[in-house]
Amino acid sequence: MTAQEGATITQAAQGLETVSITRPGFLASVARDKKAIVGIVILTILVLAAILAPLLAPYDPNNMDFEMIESPSAKHLLGTDDLGRDLLSRLIYGAQVSLFVGVSTVGISLVIGLFLGIAAGYYGGFIDTVIMRYIDLQWAFPNFIIAVYLVAVFGTGLSNVIIAITLAFIDDFARIARGMVLTIKEEQYIDAARTVGVSDFRIMWRHILPNAAAPIIVQATVSISYAILAEAGLSFLGLGVEASTPTWGLILAESRSFISRAWWLGLFPGLAIMLTVLSINFLGDALRDHLDVRETTEI
Amino acid sequence: MALLEVKGLGLEFSSPGGTVQAVNKISYDVEPGEIVAVVGESGSGKTAAALSILGLVPQPPGKIVAGEISFDGQNLLDLSEDEMRRIRGRRIAMVFQEPMTSLNPLLTIGRQLTEAMRLHLGLGKAAANDRAVELMNMVGISDPQRRLGQYPHHFSGGMRQRVMIAMVLSCEPELIIADEPTTALDVTIQAQILSLMQDLTEKLGVAMVIITHNLGVVARYADRVNVMYAGRIVEHGTAVELYRNPAHPYTIGLLNSVPRLDRPRGSPLEPIPGNPPDLTALGRGCAFMPRCRFATPACGEATPDLQDVGGSHVAACWELEKIRSGKAA
Repeated sequence: MTAQEGATITQAAQGLETVSITRPGFLASVARDKKAIVGIVILTILVLAAILAPLLAPYDPNNMDFEMIESPSAKHLLGTDDLGRDLLSRLIYGAQVSLFVGVSTVGISLVIGLFLGIAAGYYGGFIDTVIMRYIDLQWAFPNFIIAVYLVAVFGTGLSNVIIAITLAFIDDFARIARGMVLTIKEEQYIDAARTVGVSDFRIMWRHILPNAAAPIIVQATVSISYAILAEAGLSFLGLGVEASTPTWGLILAESRSFISRAWWLGLFPGLAIMLTVLSINFLGDALRDHLDVRETTEI
Repeated sequence: MALLEVKGLGLEFSSPGGTVQAVNKISYDVEPGEIVAVVGESGSGKTAAALSILGLVPQPPGKIVAGEISFDGQNLLDLSEDEMRRIRGRRIAMVFQEPMTSLNPLLTIGRQLTEAMRLHLGLGKAAANDRAVELMNMVGISDPQRRLGQYPHHFSGGMRQRVMIAMVLSCEPELIIADEPTTALDVTIQAQILSLMQDLTEKLGVAMVIITHNLGVVARYADRVNVMYAGRIVEHGTAVELYRNPAHPYTIGLLNSVPRLDRPRGSPLEPIPGNPPDLTALGRGCAFMPRCRFATPACGEATPDLQDVGGSHVAACWELEKIRSGKAA
């Protein structure tokens, strides 16, 4: 899509046909932002790798071999681990779990956290007390304890890892959202919207949330990297996915025994996580800038 | 029948320092198409009284303890939140003091201007947009189609207030409440905005309550005036009656403390001594007594009721006779 098309679509969405001031669409403003382009390219590669893993991976990720702890070579582009498994194949398959955990935990906790935080901040009083005391309660327990508890009750598995990490993130989003709502709801344009007869839901959704977006987006992008690492931590403790499942975090955690002999085992999964986080941060920055109308509109 | 009748309205706020009697048994009415001013200094309860008409006083800490607000024969205090929402913007609209902050910075002017119309009148996008263009023309904003796509930060204060006026007029309400609509504007813009509001309300037959502390505004634009002090209405009358013949010592003090063209140049302004009273600790006497130069010990005994001064003119003071004869002398 070109910049022009992006702008046209935005205008059409606003029902304003002949507007000479242009507010570029998100894709159009991304196209002008080099960092955002880098982010999109990296993320696209990673997502494609995850989806096309069976086609791309040169070996079965769990196929063991006697070529153990071999440094990168033409046969094994990124080397092999202590069981002779091909690291590149494991990283490609690992992208599936890691990206899924990162995006799903942040996605779910973002929705729930925003809902709780906005409701608490907007209505105040009793609703605020109930929600925020729950959040405090959750803060009082280390997240790993909650994870251990969940796993003890429901057994190990990816879904429980996702639930545990999601729970841990909800309070971050709820707190940030509540704080922002408390500030924004005192603004006169909220009163003005109310005098026009706008409903509570619409005020929260259309008038408050967009004004609270910047810090929430930043928190969300940072949280995705935490989620990928948290999955590694839980799996390493035996509370997450099975040890044979390739995930970036798990590969990284296992590499620590061989750190002096096999640099590639630590470097490449670490790079994969770093690139993911970096690209998501770039995208988050672009989104934040795009939402700031002062930066994106021109007369 | 009056369009709006506020009868014995009492509003309290509970605060850690005690209960604040923000509005104390005030009554006034507004006829269709009329401009009524509510005058008073900061903290006199004028804004709180106006917000309670729209049901926008946060409760708690606020609490309406007495009275009724009847709009077109209906007591607004009995209505549910849903019913109030249908009245707000549609039949009663409000203009705020601060145009710089009363528009959402992230939404286009067009979207904010059409929101009420789409909500209340059920207009489609195109129809609402057409009407928005018409309204922008009406309030004197040039190139409306282009301006509708812009954001609030592209507009100056006066322009934003014009947008706010277009917004309140969009659903053709019967009553507009304007809370110090020009206080935050440059002096040069104030008169423009007020004349615009006067013209448009006259043309469309909309009644208006102007809340202000600017007596110049009152003199020029209001038909009738209510003077508020410490949560009570202390004097009420037509603008002419009030200016020609102020009866309450507070009103007299207010008029003496602003420069006027009809007094000799160089004559000193007389400020009202003291400060407004603490609303958490009002005694049983007249609230203005500590600052009043006509006060007698009897003033501290009981709060005076509004008494006829002639015509529709009423004032709440124990010493009305003395003041009138004193002025005559």
